[in-house]
Amino acid sequence: MFDRYIIVENSLRNVEDGADIVGFAFEARCGYYRRLILSMVEELAVSVDGEAIPREDVALTVDGTSYSLEDMRTEYTVAWEFGDPATITVRRPGGLTAGPHELGLAEQLRISYIPVPHTPSTTQTQTVAA
Amino acid sequence: MTHSIKRGVSLYSFQEEFFLRELSLEDCIRISVGFGAFGIETIAEQMMPGFPNLTEDFYRRWDGWREQYGFQPTAHDMFAELKLYPDRERPTDELVADLKKDIDHTARLGATVIRILAATPAEVVELAAPYARDKGIKLATEIHSPRRFGSEWFESHLEVAQRVGSDVVGICPDLGIFVKRLPRVLWERSLRDGADPDFVKRVVDVYDSGEDTSILPVEAERLNLGPIEQDLAVQATRFIWEEPRRLLDYMPFIHHVHAKFYDIDESGEEYSIPYGEIISVLKEGGYDGYLSSEYEGNRHIQDAFEVDSVEQVRRHQEMMARLLDDEKQGD
Repeated sequence: MFDRYIIVENSLRNVEDGADIVGFAFEARCGYYRRLILSMVEELAVSVDGEAIPREDVALTVDGTSYSLEDMRTEYTVAWEFGDPATITVRRPGGLTAGPHELGLAEQLRISYIPVPHTPSTTQTQTVAA
Repeated sequence: MTHSIKRGVSLYSFQEEFFLRELSLEDCIRISVGFGAFGIETIAEQMMPGFPNLTEDFYRRWDGWREQYGFQPTAHDMFAELKLYPDRERPTDELVADLKKDIDHTARLGATVIRILAATPAEVVELAAPYARDKGIKLATEIHSPRRFGSEWFESHLEVAQRVGSDVVGICPDLGIFVKRLPRVLWERSLRDGADPDFVKRVVDVYDSGEDTSILPVEAERLNLGPIEQDLAVQATRFIWEEPRRLLDYMPFIHHVHAKFYDIDESGEEYSIPYGEIISVLKEGGYDGYLSSEYEGNRHIQDAFEVDSVEQVRRHQEMMARLLDDEKQGD
C-alpha cells in the first residue's frame, strides 16, 4: 500500500569507517499501515544495479541501534514506527561508485491477520555523490 | 426521522499524509473538527509513536487538544499481535495482557470504545471484558469483509457479547460489508496496470450483479491471464454485499461504525456503498453512536494521482451530514 514510498528519495550514500569506505546506506520506511515490531520484519531484500545483496550484509538501524535480519527475528519490543525512516546499511567494501545506481528494496512483513506475508517493494534510481 | 447519530473521523483516513509527514496528529484532529466531525478515532500504532508506552507528556498534549478543539475521543483501534513470534503462536494470556494495555490507553484518551481486530480470538475478548467494564470501555469486534453476519466466526463473537453483556462487548460494523458495486478505484487501477479490459468488465459484471465471485480467480487461471488480472479476481472475492437491514438484528450490540469509503466523486456520492440506504436503516434501528469516516482509497490511486485524503474526508462528511440532516438531530 505504500510501496512507492519505502525508499526515501536522495538518501543513498557511502559509509566510511576511518579512511575506508565499508559499504553504503539509505533511508527506508516500513511499507505497512501501522508500526511493526522488528520480529515481524522477516526480510529486507536489497539490490543494487540488479545485483542481490546477501542478507547477512544487511542491517537496519532504528533509534541508533543496528540490527541484522537475524537479530530482528527475536526483537519483540523495538518497533519500526509508521512512516519513520530507518537506516538500511549494506556491508560492501569500497561502497558504490559515484553516480547513479538502481536501488531496489523488497520488504517481507509478517502481519497478524494475513495468511501470507505482506511484500511491498520498489526500485528507484539514486545518485551517490562524488 | 429524529435520531442521535453523530459524525466522526477515524484518523486512519489520513494515513497517506501522516506517513509522508505532511500532516501531524494535531493537524488531522483540527481538520476533522473543521468539517463538523467531533468524534475522533485513533490508531495509536499509526500516529502515537512509542505505544503502548506513551508518556504522560503525550497524554497531557492530547488533553490540551481536546480542550482546544472540543472533540470527543471515540474509539481506539487495537491490533492483536498474533504473529509476534516467528516460530510459535502467541499465548492467550499475552494477548489478554496486551488488550488490557489497550483498555488503559483508551480510558486515558477519554474514549469509550475499542475496535477489536476481527482476527482476535473471541476468548481473548471474553477474558479482558471484566477489566474493560471496570474502566468503562466497550469492546467492539469489527465486522469487516469478507467476514459475514451469521458466519461461525460471527456467532462465536456474538455469543461472548451475549454472555458478558452487550453493555461491554459488541460489534463495530465496517461499512465495507455493504459494497454493492465493486469500487471503481479498484478496477480502474487494474486497467492502468494493463489488465485485459474484457476480463475487468467480466469481474465488474459478476460482482455488481451479485453472482458468486469465487469463480473469478478460477476463470482468470483458465484464461491463462497474468498477475494483474489474477490479483483483481482475488480482490473481488474479498468484497461483499450484505443486506443493510441485517443491522437491525444486532442494534443493541453496535457500539461504533466504521464508515468505510473508497471514493467520493465530485457529485458527492460514494460509488460503491449505498450510504443513503444504510443510514436510514441505522436511524430506524435507533443507533446513537458515531459514524466514523474511514477513507481507504489511497492505496488504489497513489500510483497515478496525488492522494488528497482531506478532500475525500470533506466530501464524505458533507454527504453524511446531508443524509443525517444535522439540523434535525435530536439528543
